[in-house]
Amino acid sequence: MNRLHLFFLALLLTVIGLGLFLYKFLMLDFPLVPDENAYTWNIEAHIGFNAGLKPIKVSLFLPQNTNNFTIVNENFISRGYGINTMTKDFNRIASWSIRRTTGPQDLYYSAMVRRVNKKKKYVSMIPPEIENPNFEGAYLEAAESLIAEIRAKSADTGSFVAELLKRITDPQPDYNVSLLLGKQASKPKMIDLAVRLFSKAGIPTRSVHGIHLREHARNIPLAHWLEVYDNNEWQFYDPVSGSTGIPDDFLVWWRGEEPLATLEGGKNLSIALSTLLSQEEAIYSAVERERIKKPLLLKFSLFDLPIQTQAVYRILLVVPVGALLLVILRNIVGLKTFGTFMPVLIALAFRETELFYGIILFTILIALGMSIRLYLEHLKLLLVPRLASVLIVVILLMVGLSILTHELGLGRGISVALFPMVILTMTIERMSIEWEEVGPFEAFQQAVGSLIAATLAYLVMTTKYVEHLVFVFPELLLVLLALTLLMGRYSGYRLFELRRFKELSRK
Amino acid sequence: MFRIARNLYREGVLGINRRNAEYTLRYNERRLYPLVDDKVHTKKIAIAAGLAVPELYGVIETPYQIRTLDAVLESHPDFALKPSRGSGGNGILVISGRSKNLYRKISGILMTRDELKYHASNILSGMYSLGGHPDRAMIEYRVRFDPVFEAISYQGVPDIRIIVFLGVPVMSMVRLPTRKSDGRANLHQGAIGAGIDIGTGITLTAVSGNEIVTEHPDTGNKITGVKIPKWDTLLKLAAQCYELTGLGYVGVDIVLDKFKGPLILELNARPGLNIQIANRAGLLPRLKLIEQLQNRTNSIEERVSYAKKHFATDQISRIEKI
Repeated sequence: MNRLHLFFLALLLTVIGLGLFLYKFLMLDFPLVPDENAYTWNIEAHIGFNAGLKPIKVSLFLPQNTNNFTIVNENFISRGYGINTMTKDFNRIASWSIRRTTGPQDLYYSAMVRRVNKKKKYVSMIPPEIENPNFEGAYLEAAESLIAEIRAKSADTGSFVAELLKRITDPQPDYNVSLLLGKQASKPKMIDLAVRLFSKAGIPTRSVHGIHLREHARNIPLAHWLEVYDNNEWQFYDPVSGSTGIPDDFLVWWRGEEPLATLEGGKNLSIALSTLLSQEEAIYSAVERERIKKPLLLKFSLFDLPIQTQAVYRILLVVPVGALLLVILRNIVGLKTFGTFMPVLIALAFRETELFYGIILFTILIALGMSIRLYLEHLKLLLVPRLASVLIVVILLMVGLSILTHELGLGRGISVALFPMVILTMTIERMSIEWEEVGPFEAFQQAVGSLIAATLAYLVMTTKYVEHLVFVFPELLLVLLALTLLMGRYSGYRLFELRRFKELSRK
Repeated sequence: MFRIARNLYREGVLGINRRNAEYTLRYNERRLYPLVDDKVHTKKIAIAAGLAVPELYGVIETPYQIRTLDAVLESHPDFALKPSRGSGGNGILVISGRSKNLYRKISGILMTRDELKYHASNILSGMYSLGGHPDRAMIEYRVRFDPVFEAISYQGVPDIRIIVFLGVPVMSMVRLPTRKSDGRANLHQGAIGAGIDIGTGITLTAVSGNEIVTEHPDTGNKITGVKIPKWDTLLKLAAQCYELTGLGYVGVDIVLDKFKGPLILELNARPGLNIQIANRAGLLPRLKLIEQLQNRTNSIEERVSYAKKHFATDQISRIEKI
C-alpha cells in the first residue's frame, strides 16, 4: 500500500515533469542544449544637443535587419518629444520633434540585436537607379580621364572596383585623384568620391555605414563600407583594402551619403553609440515568440525575473542535482561525509575558486584549522566559545591566505572568501571530535569522503548542460524529486557494505 | 560485485538501507525515540516498570549544579559519569576509587576534582551528544562486571547487546573492550565482538574489526565457548524492553554485574549491524520468521522460549534452509 502510493506519486511527478519538459521542447522549441552562438547585444545611440527657442526636429537613421543580425526589441526614450519612424529608400529613419524646449537635450534609441545566420542572400533583380554624380568643370575632366584609365586596365566590374579603390586610397594619389579628393582626404570623403566615380562609370554603388559589435564598448567609431551592385546582387567592398565580403560583427546602420543624425533648430549635436554583449540565450526568442501566442504558460516563467534574480536561480536550481548526487553517494555507495549536505555547499564554493585551487585551499584551511582546534583542546574551553574561537581563527586564516596568494600573484586568493566559513568551522569541529573520539583514521576517511563528494557534486553541478537543462526546464526538478523519493525506499545493500560484510558472503 | 550482493542476500545479511526502510522506520515510531535517546529518561521508565538498571546517584542539568557534584560524590567512592544522550560510548568517565583528593580512572590515571568538573561541563555543553545539543550529565553506580569476563576483557566494562524484534530476542553478542579500544565497548574503536548463541548463552565466533579471532589480543584467553551466566534472566530482561518502550526493533545493551546481576545500560532504536559479523549470520531470516508469526503478543516467557527454540545455533541452519 505504502509502496504503491509512493510509486504512483513518483509516477505522477515524472509524468508532469516530463510532460511539461516535452511540451516546451517539442512544441515551443525551447533549446535542449545551451546555444553558443546566440549572442545578444544591447545597442544604444545617445543624441545630445542644445535646444534654442525654435521648434526642434531631429532625425536619426536606425539599424535594420540584415543577413547577420535581427533587431529584436526597440525603445525610444525622449521625454515630451513626438516620435515617428519611417522607411526611406533603403533606410529606416526615426524623427523626433518638439515645438518648444530649452537647454541641453538627451534622446536615446536602444535596441536588442541578436545574431542570426540567414543563408539567404539579399537579392534585388531591379538594378537601382544611378544618381547624377554632379561632376563639373575640371573635376568632370579629371573624373572622366580616371575612369577611362581604369577601364582600360580592368576586365569586369569586380576588377574595375578593385582598381578604382586602389587608386583612391593610394597614399600617394596621382594628379586626378588628388584633385578630386581635395586637400584633406578623409575616409568618408574617399568613399563619397568612390560612389560618385562609380555612378559616373555607370555602376550602381552606395556607401554603407555601421558599427562593429564588440563585447562592451562606448563611443564606438562608425565604420564605412561600399556596396557595389554586380551580378544582380549587392557586394560589400572594404574601401581601404578592396576586399569583398562583410565581417561577421558588422552591423549595418544606414546607407547613403547623409550623416547618421541631423538636427534642425538646435546646436552642438553629438551622437554616441555604445554596445553591451549579454549572453542571453536563444531561449529568449522562443519565450518572446510564444508569449504572444500562449501567454498563460509563460507568464510564470523564470525569464520574467530580473536578470540578477535569474543569476541566483541559475545557481540555486543546480543544488537539487547536487542533493540527488549526495543521496546516491551516501545511500547507494555508502560514502561517509561530514554533515549531510556540506559537500554541496563546498561544491558551490568551488564554483568561485575553480576545482583545483578549491581543493587545495579547502585542504589548507581545514588542516590549519584542525591544528589550531587540537591546540585549543588543551585549553579546555566550553563548547560555544570554542566554536566561536575556531570561527574567528578560520576567518583570520582566510584573510591571511587571501593576502598571501594575492602577494604571490596567484590571484585565486580573493575567492577563498566565498567559502562558507561557518560550514568550515563546523567541519573542523566535527572532524576534531571524530579525531579525538574515534581516531585520526576515521576523521581522515570522512574528510576525504566529503572532498570526493564535493568534487563530484562540483563536476556535475557545473556541467553546462545540466545548468542549462534545470534553468530552462525547471519542471525537470519534479522528475528529480520523483527519483529521490524512490531512492528513499531503496533497501538494497550499499556498495561499501559489500566489503564490510564480505566475510559473511564467503561462508 | 553483484555476486557478492546476491550472496549476502542469500545469507540474509541486513544492510543499513533495509534496516532503516523496513525495520526501524516501520516498527519504531518517531515519537518513541526520546525514550531511548535520553538515558536518564530510559532509566526512569525502566525503574517504574521494575526492570533492573544501575542505580542513579544524581543528574546534573545546569552548569550551576556542577558544584553539587561534591555532595553526591562524598557518599559514593566509585561511580560512572556519563552524558545522558551520548552516543557510541563517548564521554563516559568511570572512577574506580580515589587517592587523597584525586580520583582514579579505571585506567589508573588520576584526575583532579576540577578536571572532573570540566568533564561534566563538557557533557552539559553537548560535546558528546548527537548533533551537539545541550545535554545532562548523569552519575550512576559503577558496574563491577561478572568474573566470567575478567579473563577476556581489558579494562572497561563488557556489555551484551541483544537485538529484540517485536519482543523476541533475535541475535546477541558480547562486546569486549581491548587496549586498542581504550577500554570502551565499541566495535568501531577496536573492541571485540563475540556472537552469543541465543539458545545456550555460549559465545560463538569473535571478530576484531572484520577479522575472525579466537583469543583476546590483550589477555590471550579464549573467547569462544564462554558460557554467559544468568542467560535466561538476560533474555527476559531484553524481551521486556518491547513493552517498556513500544519500539519494535530495538538494541538492548545489558551489563552483567557481579552483585546485582543483569542491568540494562541503555537502549538503541537504531542498533548497528556489526552483530551479524560477530555471529557470522544474517538477521533477515530471523526477522522474517517473526514477521510471519500470527500471534505476536505472547507472554514474555513464551517469546523467550520461542527465541531459544528457533534461534539456537543448531536450529539456525534449519531456518536458513527455509
